[in-house]
Amino acid sequence: MTTPTLEKPAAGQPAATSANRRVGGGLLDPAQLWRSVPGALRKLDPRTLWHNPVMLIVEIGAVFTTILSITDPSVLAWTITGWLWLTVVFANLAEAVAEGRGKAQAAALRQSKQDMIARRLTKDGREERVPAPELRQGDTVVVEAGESIPGDGDVVEGIASVDESAITGESAPVIRESGGDRSAVTGGTRVLSDRIVVRITQKPGESFVDRMIALVEGANRQKTPNEIALNILLAALTIIFLLSVVTLQPLAIYAKAWQAAAPDTQAINAHGVTGIVLVSLIVCLIPTTIGALLSAIGIAGMDRLVQRNVLAMSGRAVEAAGDVNTLLLDKTGTITLGNRQAAEFVPVDGVTAAGLADAAQLSSLADETPEGRSVVVLAKNEFGLREREPGLMTDATFVPFTAQTRMSGVDIGDRQVRKGAAAAVLKWVRDNGGDPTAEVGEIVDTISGTGGTPLVVAELVAGRPARALGVIHLKDVVKAGMRARFDEMRKMGIRTVMITGDNPRTAKAIADEAGVDDFLAEATPEDKLAYIRREQEGGRLVAMTGDGTNDAPALAQADVGVAMNTGTSAAKEAGNMVDLDSDPTKLIEIVEIGKQLLITRGALTTFSITNDIAKYFAIIPAMFAGVYPGLDTLNVMRLHSPGSAILSAVIFNALVIVALIPLALRGVRYTPSSASALLRRNLLVYGLGGVIAPFLGIKLIDLLIQFIPGI
Amino acid sequence: MAGWLFVSTLVIALVAVYRPFGDHMYRVVAGTRHARVERGVYRLVGVDPEAEQTWGVYARSVLAFSAVSVLFLYLFLRVQDKLWLALGMPKMNAHVSWNTAVSFVSNTNWQAYAGESALGHLVQMAGLAVQNFVSAAVGIAVAVALIRGFAARKQATLGNFWVDLTRITLRVLLPVAVLFAVIFMIAGMVQNLSGGVDVTTLTGATQHLTGGPVASQEVIKELGTNGGGFYNVNSAHPFENPTTWTNWLEIFLIFLIPFSLPRVFGRMVGQNRQGYAIVAVMAVLAIASIALTVGFEVHGAGTVPQAVGAAMEGKEVRFGVPNSATFAAATTLTSTGAVDSFHDSYTAFGGMMPMINMMLGEVAPGGTGSGLYGLLILAVITVFVAGLMVGRTPEYLGKKIGAREMKLASLYFLITPALVLIGAAAAFATGNNSTALNTGPHGLSEVLYAFTSAANNNGSAFGGITVNTPWWDTALGLAMLLGRFLPMVLVLALAGSLARQKAVPESEGTLPTHQPLFVGMVVGVTVVLVALTFLPALALGPIAEGLS
Repeated sequence: MTTPTLEKPAAGQPAATSANRRVGGGLLDPAQLWRSVPGALRKLDPRTLWHNPVMLIVEIGAVFTTILSITDPSVLAWTITGWLWLTVVFANLAEAVAEGRGKAQAAALRQSKQDMIARRLTKDGREERVPAPELRQGDTVVVEAGESIPGDGDVVEGIASVDESAITGESAPVIRESGGDRSAVTGGTRVLSDRIVVRITQKPGESFVDRMIALVEGANRQKTPNEIALNILLAALTIIFLLSVVTLQPLAIYAKAWQAAAPDTQAINAHGVTGIVLVSLIVCLIPTTIGALLSAIGIAGMDRLVQRNVLAMSGRAVEAAGDVNTLLLDKTGTITLGNRQAAEFVPVDGVTAAGLADAAQLSSLADETPEGRSVVVLAKNEFGLREREPGLMTDATFVPFTAQTRMSGVDIGDRQVRKGAAAAVLKWVRDNGGDPTAEVGEIVDTISGTGGTPLVVAELVAGRPARALGVIHLKDVVKAGMRARFDEMRKMGIRTVMITGDNPRTAKAIADEAGVDDFLAEATPEDKLAYIRREQEGGRLVAMTGDGTNDAPALAQADVGVAMNTGTSAAKEAGNMVDLDSDPTKLIEIVEIGKQLLITRGALTTFSITNDIAKYFAIIPAMFAGVYPGLDTLNVMRLHSPGSAILSAVIFNALVIVALIPLALRGVRYTPSSASALLRRNLLVYGLGGVIAPFLGIKLIDLLIQFIPGI
Repeated sequence: MAGWLFVSTLVIALVAVYRPFGDHMYRVVAGTRHARVERGVYRLVGVDPEAEQTWGVYARSVLAFSAVSVLFLYLFLRVQDKLWLALGMPKMNAHVSWNTAVSFVSNTNWQAYAGESALGHLVQMAGLAVQNFVSAAVGIAVAVALIRGFAARKQATLGNFWVDLTRITLRVLLPVAVLFAVIFMIAGMVQNLSGGVDVTTLTGATQHLTGGPVASQEVIKELGTNGGGFYNVNSAHPFENPTTWTNWLEIFLIFLIPFSLPRVFGRMVGQNRQGYAIVAVMAVLAIASIALTVGFEVHGAGTVPQAVGAAMEGKEVRFGVPNSATFAAATTLTSTGAVDSFHDSYTAFGGMMPMINMMLGEVAPGGTGSGLYGLLILAVITVFVAGLMVGRTPEYLGKKIGAREMKLASLYFLITPALVLIGAAAAFATGNNSTALNTGPHGLSEVLYAFTSAANNNGSAFGGITVNTPWWDTALGLAMLLGRFLPMVLVLALAGSLARQKAVPESEGTLPTHQPLFVGMVVGVTVVLVALTFLPALALGPIAEGLS
């Protein structure tokens, strides 16, 4: 088995390195297997096994053969009984190992939840000290450098650097400040500098860390829809094999009575097939392999997400990720590298470049977005314009950028300067009596056509019509390797849609360069929501990432909504996954993990069923060749004796579970490709492999165990 | 050589009619116009032909119609001696009447009586032949309802059972039946209401030759995959099947509807290639089965077969081995159960093939309607496993196969194996296997065959077993009843559940269900499921016999 391609860190992603660090320690070391043994034994309790009917049947069978071995002891009976018990233990072991990995993470998380005392602000502004668990929604607390944040909430006052390593595993501190999209803080993280006031948004006992612990421990793991459907199929197969074995008994008694002269064997006598052999046959036929590994596969799937620093609030969401038809990707940070940078000032209408730069700088002072900052930087670099301190300009009123107006600016005395998206600013010019010349439109189109983003700068001086001063050319850099990634997505049947606030032409240029299937330009949160609804109307499943509060409705509407950890509490509440690394590219990995999870289940189901063919060739001649010698023709493996044949099948059946634990935990290899290619490959490996492997395995085991006396 | 010609011309003929006949059936079930005679029927029965039915109402209609049919036929058989054209036959006893009524209503046509010595012409015509038409139509109607479930988008209803039943009977079954009845009469089948004639044979003995409406009943016996013969020896009787070419025609009629229904499926879901995929699965299984059956019979092991060149015992000289074996395969690949040779006399493996054909669930191509819905269930199960392997929630024709769909599909494929295995085991456990002619593996085959045939609504008999005892009549009657109507209810529930869903659009990531890979996989799933279920039992029957 090769390493799944998913494990390969995406080039240049800091997130991937931290994810790798977490994976470390190997996927399955023997020590871990050993540590899980007590847990596996505890799971022998029938009340625990109840949720896994296939293994419950094996356990009942093992109890039955134990009784038979006591009343009628023989080497064969005791050996088979032992292996039947081992079969159940191995199945429990798979689950215990999968859970064990989560438990280690949960323990680390619990450390961050030591008894904390919160400094709660009372209504009259005084501070009181209360234990953190007593905090209620809406309480405000003060946290200063060196203290831990007592609960999840939003910063309502101040700015601080926060160490979130307890949650994200990332040691570099992050900035959290009031207002905007970086206001959310998580309980258990530590403030490193400054002082903030936090409004608690969690209910007691339902903090992010609490939920995270529950998730990684699999405490309240619920079966996902596909898992339920698969369980139904497995139950049906179990019933049918039970029936076919149980109803065999009267037929066997009849056959033995007819061939009364045939000697009794270890497998059949006048009372029909012996209980030991009957149970062995049932256990070998029912889908124990997938039955044993099914829950481990599910836990490991969630675990793989956790290793990538993604918290899925439900297994259902992970499964939905595999089904996604449409991926909504924010352009910035996902498709393009970092942020757009101002690259050029293009003045119009007799305005000098320096004049434009001055106006652009003025209007950008209140624009805290990276684009806004880059305008100030460019103005300084090219024209030596020093940054003015907003606080020093007493007569200035700043107009901040909003997603609705899509422009920012400043009013100084009777002069208003605006800068923003071309459509918005040109509308502002017209609304204020101006007439933007055709020249502006041409420049805007040229810049957009080359993939750049034009920001129009305009001014309005009292008594005169507004006029456009020129255009700032912002440039986007598409991340390396994105086109290949999107091509893969297309092969998987997933449409990628780029979401951007840019105008349609700009959006198109970047969309073409990046190779996405569609784009949503000048997108407002309402547009996003409408787009998702439209896709869902057509029966498609949609995944998206988001961080801002205004993303919340779309995140909630999407089938898979991944909220960035840096985002607001509202966004985190609305989504069904949280990415602790806040890396929007990760959506693609999440989709792959979802698919891998389903493929692993399907592949092992196929393997489990096709295994039965070889087991029949081992057991049927072993059972009946004593009565009808002709049936020995079916003993194509030429197994040593009836006893060794049955025992070999039982041992193979048990060992194959252990052999497949690593695969169940890691997931089967997944390379993005079309459905037909995937099916062909998996059918070949797990279908054909499932037919052939047990023939070899059973023969091999038979060659060894034939030396055991009494077999 | 003649055998090759026989089979290959059959294949060519079926390929030729697939599109035109399939399209005809599509127009019948998808059309919106009602013929005047049909309006009359609706007024008579008191149904509104425009009213759409939910799956529950549709299922209740099927069950109500069938229950009334069973009751009516039972009473008919019980009082036949008091009606016209009874030819002096006494009334049938209670347990055989129950068995026969269930048998004909469930499209099984298992016969626990001998036609010419137990039934008058009126019961044959107005009782049995009527059920031959409508039981076939019920099967097709249920299949059509399932297809509507796949084709529908967020819809609660599946059409109207009474409309489907009436149209299929009047526009599909009746015209073909009339046409072929005329051809059969020309071929020499009898068609009269005579009580029969006594003739003196060459050796001087007197023989009673029973006449009757044979040709008309023969045609629907094959066309509706019913199989209940006018005479006890069924299609081996010269009045039912006089020549090689009527034998060919009968097999053609058996296959006609089941092999053309996938066309209706393709048309209704709007993708003909999906129909081709389903018919390909049927064809692969059918051709393999026919080849194996003929092969086992022609090269049959044993002293006598080798001495005379082939296993001729139990076969009519006018048909020969390959044609008889083809008929045996055809009749069990569908739910027909008519015979023109005696399966009990086949070689061990040759006799196992008809049994395996039925154990497949009669899906290649299966009974009228029941074959298609049976195969679609297997396709759903295949899609589920295959769909997981491509990393998506499995979907078939845009419909998600979730927990509810799997529950219904799984229950469906549990029912018939459960009936067969429990029935056979019960026969041995209670000693009722003692009515079998043989003992040992062959005796086991006789019992296993009887339950396989009844539970799968085939109706063919291995023979060599006396089944008109109260135990057998009751047990097989139950197997037929449950084997027919439980699956139907599950199929309709599945159709209802599919119809309510919206459709997921197809993409590169969707499992293609029209390609050879998928066809192969459905074939594989069908064969593996059956092999795994029945291999232990078969090992003690035909396999033990064949390998001894």
